[in-house]
Amino acid sequence: MGKTITEKIFEAHLRDVPFAGTNVLSIDVVMCHEITTPVAIVDLQRRGKDRVFDPLKIKAVIDHVTPAKDSQSAMQAKVMRAWAGRHRLPDFFDVGRNGVCHALFPEKGFIRPGYTVIMGDSHTCTHGAFGAFAAGVGTTDLEVGILKGVCAFRRPGSVRVNLNGNMRRGVYAKDAILTVINTLTVNGATDQVIEFRGDAVDAMSMEERMTLCNMAVEAGGTCGVCMPDAVTAGYLWPFIAGAYPSKKAAVDDFNKWHSDPDAVYARTVDIEVSAMEPSATFGYKPDQVRPVREMPDIKIDQVYIGSCTNGRISDLRAAAEIVKGTKLASGVRGIVVPATPLVYRQAMDEGLLAVFMEAGYCIANPTCGACLGMSTGVLAEGEVCASTTNRNFNGRMGRGGMVHLMSPATAAASGIRGKLTDPREVMR
Amino acid sequence: MKTFGGPVLFLDRSDINTDEIIPAKYLTEMDKEALGPHLLEDLKLEGFSVNGSWRGSARVVVTRANFGCGSSREHAPWALEVNSITCVIAEGYARIFRQNMFNGGMLAVELAKTAIDELFAIAKNGAVSCSIDLDAKTFAFSWDGGSKAVPFTLAEFDEALVRAGGWVEFADVKY
Repeated sequence: MGKTITEKIFEAHLRDVPFAGTNVLSIDVVMCHEITTPVAIVDLQRRGKDRVFDPLKIKAVIDHVTPAKDSQSAMQAKVMRAWAGRHRLPDFFDVGRNGVCHALFPEKGFIRPGYTVIMGDSHTCTHGAFGAFAAGVGTTDLEVGILKGVCAFRRPGSVRVNLNGNMRRGVYAKDAILTVINTLTVNGATDQVIEFRGDAVDAMSMEERMTLCNMAVEAGGTCGVCMPDAVTAGYLWPFIAGAYPSKKAAVDDFNKWHSDPDAVYARTVDIEVSAMEPSATFGYKPDQVRPVREMPDIKIDQVYIGSCTNGRISDLRAAAEIVKGTKLASGVRGIVVPATPLVYRQAMDEGLLAVFMEAGYCIANPTCGACLGMSTGVLAEGEVCASTTNRNFNGRMGRGGMVHLMSPATAAASGIRGKLTDPREVMR
Repeated sequence: MKTFGGPVLFLDRSDINTDEIIPAKYLTEMDKEALGPHLLEDLKLEGFSVNGSWRGSARVVVTRANFGCGSSREHAPWALEVNSITCVIAEGYARIFRQNMFNGGMLAVELAKTAIDELFAIAKNGAVSCSIDLDAKTFAFSWDGGSKAVPFTLAEFDEALVRAGGWVEFADVKY
């Protein structure tokens, strides 16, 4: 019987089986941010165990509320900063070099095929785009990860989602993942890894694959995963060039992680992407999705383009192409949050920031910010946001606010009309 | 080991997420006690009042499917814990929330939908209390005029975490 990529990664990292069904894995990368890590740091200090298992395998960033908005967020940052300093963590990213963790860490080349990754953040599943097992955990798992470099998991099954065909104009990876969540439902992949396969995934860039894997958790998935291939090797090449004689050699090596043809899946779902339309959520659950054209009269107060789902350079390019030469509709606020300093710089150099500014958008610094109602565009009671983020929960971007999740192109189009708008209506 | 059992708070909806259990705006708190007053602050649910009589008295939550979905924040179990709610009984959980409960030495027990349905039917008669026998793996629900024993199962690892007081204690000895 063949094995899935997840089964292969579990076998390669298995440290202990303390009880039947419990797999304690050694962890290659422990990622930390300032919301969920400080309590772990303080607890380790309280226990007299303020140590890190390997400073090179810990990656830390201040990203959720940055620069600090008040005394409390300033104190969280201070605790992180002091901890990174006393353990001499080489990869700690503070104000000026910081960005949204799941965009920043891939950009730095920290993830490799076959890795195990944990972070105190549910969207850690993003890194499965590189052919890794990457799972969100709580603060206690993070604390043990920092101290011991291990984490316990039930062995997850795999749900195989085949995305077949070519995506039509105006349809993006975000539309694909919203459709997948709608198909699986919000707990359809609980305790499962979602394995994204099919020619549409093969054709996607790493940024698109990250968008896809990022929202696996919204279907309950432990991780989303793509097979590492030439696209993966191309993205990682600046970081792995010393380890392989050629990109082809890297791809050949990556193949060892691929799921076997006779691997067993809990479920297989086939989705034809050529039938997809630009889509958005309605209601308060991310599986409530329908084509944008079926929601013609939803007025918006704010457009938000950013987050670990859709704040990368390709997202800003897609939005700017639609925004170029237009203005935000009267009464609509627009906020663009490049996910990392590099994305910000690229957007500036390519003239994208000027495009957004001429249309009336505010450009904010890299941060998670309003995606979770922390800062930089929190909604008031009764306000509606066209958002490229990942959660439309009640109150998520501010109490009483309504969030519609969509692609950057759909958000940009909605900003022009002041209501949810199919981007194909405004594409040139 | 933590103490378990007492009056039950019934939350009759699936997919209650961790933003509803504790909103993100309180995540800049590093003191768990400060989360207490904000537990379930953003939960919109018919018949549920955020400042109802459950606050201060409830020790057990009974709810539906996919409880604790969304954000990985362990602040959700902590907000329950500082309100002395150390046991949740549901049809199912989001993985991270379930693990966070056991990692903190608390209980997140799964019961079949039919058993949960029966508990909600009982709740219509008034207040329900639940005592928990971890050795016998049995809940004893009692209410004015009746009682019912409900067996449950726990994975070995989850039980070990509850008995050890949490994952840090367990891992520190073992790894």
